Amino acid sequence: MKFNKKTLAYCVAAAAASSLVASAAQAQMSDDEIRIGYLADMSGTYRDLAGPGGLTAMEMAVEDFGGSVNGTPVEIFSADDRNSADVGANTVRQWIDSDNVDMVGGLVASSVSIAVSNLIEENDGLAIVSGSAASSITNEHCTPNHIHWVYDTYPLANGTAKAVVEQGGDSWFMLTADYAFGHALEADVTSVVEASGGEIVGGVRHPFPTNDFSSYILQAQGSGAKIVGLANAGSDTVNAITTASQFGLTQSGQQLAGLLIFLNDVHALGLEATQNLLLTTGWYWDMDEQSREWAERYFDEVGRMPTMVQAGIYSSTTHYLKAVEAAGTDDPETVRAQMAEMPIDDFFARNGRIREDGRMVHDMYLAQVKTPEESTGEWDLYEILSTIPAEEAYRPLSESQCKLVQN
Amino acid sequence: MMMIFGVPMAVLMGQLTLGLVNGAFYALLSLGLAVIFGLLKIVNFAHGAQYMLGAFAALLGFRYLGINYWLALILVPLVVGCFGMLMERFLLRRIAHLDHLYGLLLTFGLALIFEGTLVNIFGVSGARYSAPEALQGGMNLGFMFLPVYRGWVLVAALAMCFFTWFMIERTRLGAYLRAGTENSQLMQAFGVNVPLLITLTYGFGVGLAAFAGVLAAPLYPVSPTMGSSLLIVVFAVVVIGGMGSILGAIITGLSMGIIEGLTKVYYPEAANTVIFLVMILVLLLRPAGLFGKEA
Repeated sequence: MKFNKKTLAYCVAAAAASSLVASAAQAQMSDDEIRIGYLADMSGTYRDLAGPGGLTAMEMAVEDFGGSVNGTPVEIFSADDRNSADVGANTVRQWIDSDNVDMVGGLVASSVSIAVSNLIEENDGLAIVSGSAASSITNEHCTPNHIHWVYDTYPLANGTAKAVVEQGGDSWFMLTADYAFGHALEADVTSVVEASGGEIVGGVRHPFPTNDFSSYILQAQGSGAKIVGLANAGSDTVNAITTASQFGLTQSGQQLAGLLIFLNDVHALGLEATQNLLLTTGWYWDMDEQSREWAERYFDEVGRMPTMVQAGIYSSTTHYLKAVEAAGTDDPETVRAQMAEMPIDDFFARNGRIREDGRMVHDMYLAQVKTPEESTGEWDLYEILSTIPAEEAYRPLSESQCKLVQN
Repeated sequence: MMMIFGVPMAVLMGQLTLGLVNGAFYALLSLGLAVIFGLLKIVNFAHGAQYMLGAFAALLGFRYLGINYWLALILVPLVVGCFGMLMERFLLRRIAHLDHLYGLLLTFGLALIFEGTLVNIFGVSGARYSAPEALQGGMNLGFMFLPVYRGWVLVAALAMCFFTWFMIERTRLGAYLRAGTENSQLMQAFGVNVPLLITLTYGFGVGLAAFAGVLAAPLYPVSPTMGSSLLIVVFAVVVIGGMGSILGAIITGLSMGIIEGLTKVYYPEAANTVIFLVMILVLLLRPAGLFGKEA
């Protein structure tokens, strides 16, 4: 190439223009840094399903993105909400007021997520809920400022209960945790079971948390129901299943239906006690090549296989960073709109998209826990039976009570 | 079928049996607390953590050293008890002359440290510990299917309670111990090594908690937080029975298990609170507890 003054002028102009674009883009990033807050239960009942592992997943997402977006560095803040709405809301208030945090992720206990999303709405921020179960988070509690990522009670009931009734489990006894989440799940299950031609023959609402389930299992055995539905979570579910196996519930012809069960629960209970249990999950580490590849990287960091929530935290953080990159700003409203515009298809979500109520809908899976004979390793726990397409899995917008949805 | 308040007799019998099994646990744990408080005047808030350490020791002993259940039932209380003695010798003794509140704070702090450390290493999901072959399966009692292991828990816990009561109330060693707490200077003048006696007693109380932990390991998932949820109930049992009363702890433990079991049938929503209601009633009507001596 012949080098002359003209070429030089072009070069200088191009360089000046590109640096202008770059600085214009940077000017859009608040205080020259993208700040993400990770809020979760780091030490209590829900620690193992999100907790420190979820933080690692978020860090991996940022690292894989190169640690910066368009040259703006990404910083992660983290805190333990101790499953308390007050503690969670106070932390987030501080993040917003003094640390200028742009997005809050993690969010496990439903009560914490609802409190935080209200606060985020008041302050025009952005939150991505990955760990919570309550479907009300994008129904009556929806805001234009938060997104619900991994799963909720609607597909749990819809997937598991429907499949169980179809397999002939048409009479149910409900074992329900006596608080908002349990009641919501029980209501969802009841309507699905009845709509599928089944019947709820009895139930008991146990205090949260309960250590000894023997009395309730005995009542379930006495009810004569074919299915004992567990509308509880965490240690309550683990305790209930352990006790059921000691009392020979499944041997006497009844079957358990776990409605909210995480990989760490099955791992803790062991296959002897959980074999053949049906459950609905948003993701499983061994479901295909892409999932396995990510899960194995995670395993090398943490030493445990990831739960669907931990995988979802990686997926949602990456999607957020992509949206910031595409929009060229970390302004919450613009980023939220950009996120909704881009479909989500990664190792975690298939056919994913964000609806106007903030629900990220994606394919869900009906899984069955393997028997000890079928399992080939410590974490070889589920067999995926079928896929519940994204559009069928979640509560249809036509039934939504969300203020953002025109019905 | 005969009905009692709308509940079939057979169901009620089943619930009473289960209540008795849970009550045996409460009795065993509150007994340890009562021994430690009655004789040492220490409010041992680490009792739940020591129970959890017992379960963990059984689990890890089996996993890494191949120690079976029966051996664990003897070894674990000894090991955890010795650990308790170290706690008494090097920490609790230094604050023995201060108000009870300091002992409570110290033991509570230690409990948080034990729990937090294990949560960091093992997480909170817990792990399974299998009952030995001989105690697996169940028996049909006619009115219910009772897992053999629960029956064994009832027998073992009651035997241990009786042994403890006998040791303290009916033997010469127990007499020294009771005298030492009444008037330690006089006992020392008689040539009895009271500080040693106190260390041994604390170790014994801790050993009881660890014994309960080993018994619980096959029943509940072994997790670092298993003790903290139980501790508050056990304290309520001790308060109802009368702080420091050995017999009171045993009888109250069993009866609270039964009351809780009945609540689970008639009004399950209140199952976690019924014991505290009883506690409030007892505090109002008999502040020293059902079996306590008025101060």
